[in-house]
Amino acid sequence: MRYLPLTPADRHEMLGVIGAASIDDLFVDVPDAARLDGPIHGLPMHASEMAVERHMTALARQNMTAGDGPFFLGCGAYKHHVPASVDHLIQRGEFLTAYTPYQPEIAQGTLQMLFEFQTQVARMLGTDVANASMYDGSTACWEAIGMARRITRRGKAILSSGLHPHYVSVARTMAKYTGDALVTATPTLTADTDIDTLIAQIDDDTSCVVVQYPDILGRIADLTPLADACHAKKALLIAVVTEPVAMGAIRSPGEMDADIVVGEGQSIGVGLQFGGPYVGLMGCKDKYIRQMPGRFCGETVDADGRRGFVLTLSTREQHIRREKATSNICTNSGLCALAFSIHMTLLGEAGLRRLAAINHAGACRAADRLSRIPGVRLVNDLFFNEFTIDLGKEARPIVRALADKGILAGVSLGRLYPAADALATGLVVAVTETTSEADVEALATALQEELA
Amino acid sequence: MSRYFTEDHEWVDVDGEIGTVGISDYAQGQLGDIVFVDVPEDGKQLTKGDEAAVVESVKAASDVYSPVSGTVIEGNSALGDDPSLVNSDAEAEGWFYKITLTDTAELDELMDESAYESFVAKL
Repeated sequence: MRYLPLTPADRHEMLGVIGAASIDDLFVDVPDAARLDGPIHGLPMHASEMAVERHMTALARQNMTAGDGPFFLGCGAYKHHVPASVDHLIQRGEFLTAYTPYQPEIAQGTLQMLFEFQTQVARMLGTDVANASMYDGSTACWEAIGMARRITRRGKAILSSGLHPHYVSVARTMAKYTGDALVTATPTLTADTDIDTLIAQIDDDTSCVVVQYPDILGRIADLTPLADACHAKKALLIAVVTEPVAMGAIRSPGEMDADIVVGEGQSIGVGLQFGGPYVGLMGCKDKYIRQMPGRFCGETVDADGRRGFVLTLSTREQHIRREKATSNICTNSGLCALAFSIHMTLLGEAGLRRLAAINHAGACRAADRLSRIPGVRLVNDLFFNEFTIDLGKEARPIVRALADKGILAGVSLGRLYPAADALATGLVVAVTETTSEADVEALATALQEELA
Repeated sequence: MSRYFTEDHEWVDVDGEIGTVGISDYAQGQLGDIVFVDVPEDGKQLTKGDEAAVVESVKAASDVYSPVSGTVIEGNSALGDDPSLVNSDAEAEGWFYKITLTDTAELDELMDESAYESFVAKL
């Protein structure tokens, strides 16, 4: 059956009401030059399926994918090994949905998986509770800022200079509409984080301090003094974890008394996949659960006393509370959360700790090797699997030159902070279990040639 | 001390300039088992009719509107630990907040106990 919502008579009547002679009259504000008057210029007409496939394959061959050569990119998205078993399991028909359950209680398996996910996330982040996931790390970070506003009834959030600039820009976009004031800053190429500056900035109007751990340059700080300073002013501490594998090696933010901990779960079970879809992690202290956004899965018993699962505390959510909901998000990243949960289950605590140790050891070897290159200075010697080096000259063209040689050397800070000249010489280098010693050697050799 | 009611089923006890606000026994019966109450914080300024509190039962989440204008001086912290107090004793121990009234003339627009009883009888 064809779906024809409007007849020509309907259209004519509607146009008459608004005083337009034709549909084209509605587009008079679009300049003539910008209007399409025929086939799209420069785009060839249809071709056979085989010809298109051949063409597209040739185009795709021009890409350099993460697995094609030495790869040191990080800054919020990490190349980790995803075991084949993860992909196999997530594609089982019982699981395969990208989405949150809308008739949840009939899907007990899905709910149990979400419950396991929440348990894993809460234990990993060191929080009392965790939700069933958010879109990604950056939106989870914004949701935490909104949550702090509702709890403290204050509207000023202080964002650490070490917070990922993309997370800052998501917060800025959202704050434009909520009216939250954001205090932001640009990092410096030093080993010390800005914890002391943040502590000095907290006042009686501050809703929260948002700090990334490890931060955008890979630096790690004890968050305890910052948490104490926040609590002394009745503000909340929000910690952002963009590399959850780090939680296998360093203290979780929750253990350092952070009130809300959010993160990007991509590192565990989810591939880089061109920047998304990813999966946001979010946990908090028990007392703030009513102000948390997103879905919660809870454990209960049925009429016969058997263990079962339900979506719970739904009165926080949009479909019940409408405009008074804690967030307009009442969904979760179902499939990515499943991949995270399966990988975490395969790893277990011991496996996660071993994986973290391998990452850290590899990063230490790479940092040692790279800092032996004349002209290279290691900015932070305290890091997990990612550190920053100062090349002494602009990093961006050097990264480009190395890419032309098939080596993705890292994320240049000039790319993340195009307006900050002082950061132009910085290069953030990430090392994971997928990085071989030969990769590090290839990077070191090529970098030395470029800098010579 | 006198007690007044609103058509939205809030009650307010007035003693001098201090009012104590809650929801009526009829309202708690309609809501069913109450699982959460969010009361306003000290110092919050309310105008008559403002959303002052949220009460959540197994059936619904509802707003509680302030029957009078004024400044909140205390929220009932006991409801945080035991929201079912609203079920067991809606018009005494289950009070929501105390408020300093700015305009006692507003009370004239409210119902007294017998007027509220006949109002409820017609629902």
